[in-house]
Amino acid sequence: MNAFLTVLRRDLLLAYRRRADVATTLFFFVIVVSLFPLGVGPEMDTLRTIAPGVVWVAALLASMLSLGRLFASDHADGTLEQMALAPQPLWLIVMAKVWAHWMVSGLPLALMAPVLGLQFDLPAQALAVLVVSLLLGTPVLSLIGAIGAALTLGLRGGGVLLSLLVLPLYIPVLIFGAGAVEATMTGIGAEGHLSLLGAFLILAFLATPFVAALALRIAME
Amino acid sequence: MAFVLPIMLEALDLACQRGHRVLFTGLSFALTAGELLLVAGPNGSGKTSLLRILCGLSQPAQGEVRWAGRRIHDLGEAFRSQLFYLGHHNGVKDDLTALENLRINAALGGDPLSVDAALAALDRIGLSGREDLPVKALSQGQRRRVALARLLVSRAPLWILDEPLTALDARAIGLIQDRLAAHLAQGGMAVITTHQPIAVEGVVPRRVELSAP
Repeated sequence: MNAFLTVLRRDLLLAYRRRADVATTLFFFVIVVSLFPLGVGPEMDTLRTIAPGVVWVAALLASMLSLGRLFASDHADGTLEQMALAPQPLWLIVMAKVWAHWMVSGLPLALMAPVLGLQFDLPAQALAVLVVSLLLGTPVLSLIGAIGAALTLGLRGGGVLLSLLVLPLYIPVLIFGAGAVEATMTGIGAEGHLSLLGAFLILAFLATPFVAALALRIAME
Repeated sequence: MAFVLPIMLEALDLACQRGHRVLFTGLSFALTAGELLLVAGPNGSGKTSLLRILCGLSQPAQGEVRWAGRRIHDLGEAFRSQLFYLGHHNGVKDDLTALENLRINAALGGDPLSVDAALAALDRIGLSGREDLPVKALSQGQRRRVALARLLVSRAPLWILDEPLTALDARAIGLIQDRLAAHLAQGGMAVITTHQPIAVEGVVPRRVELSAP
């Protein structure tokens, strides 16, 4: 547990020292989402229809954008080796790193989403569901992304490969995340979608840190 | 009755392969408390590979490494808690200060340090006045010192150090050699690769020579 808190605090401190990197991801999210109303035109019905999908796809891309940094810089300066040799299980350290990654990428996205949703004329209830769906879904993105980041560690052109590996695995989260918001707007209710997102989160939480730790050990050989 | 020393670190018939090239085969040795092993050989002869195998970061192509009679792979965390490894990379973050780096690395190694203890260690290694600078503002040798400050406070019995003296000045080299002597005198063990001569008072180092591939 001590190692978990040490790594979590360390990664948050590093993110604070490199605020520009964090801001880049968030600006990317804001700009991509804002381009759609400009490109599609001010037709309110169309905007409302595409809003959940647009926000969610932008969130996927923004979350993926920051994945490259998850292990790469630690690998380059040797701190990842020290983590692998620490007398704590590596999956615990991976979990701390993923948690820190989510706090500086997924969490701000979810909190900014309602402001962006206003551009699409989303009703208040849909905005609330959008935030909840992002809060449940973005940790899954970080957790799955950790496997991809670990597998592509140290590869040339790893960034493109990472997106090819990870984006297909994001599809279920996208479907049920965007689906939750659509369901609210059509009056069906979002409980089913949100429950499934919750189930994804639990599954990813239980399985991915072990797989990512294993992939890291292979990458460091 | 002969007194039998407990053998702590054993390498049994190790072989290492990189790509299609075999770097070494049939390498065996045993290291007991208070012993120093120097790994020598030209560039590319597999010194770093050997060290990474010994600490469990890489798997040998053949053979096994044992700690206190058991395979290090089976021991896992129990072995890693006995180990301090310093590789080619310093394992320090450029954006953190020397003090933060030392305390985080020590805590990760299972040996948390108070601020005062960390400051004392940095002072001894010659970084006083630079504790609160981000490491990226330090010189190459000073960065190495931030990493080596761990040695001053490490309680791990087994040290595996890859070229620890690179980029250090004479005073720092003297300090590391003194610390190494104290470590060995307390029953510690060390495996070191170096191109510089290393002299530890009262200890005749054992040697492993790796030949050019």
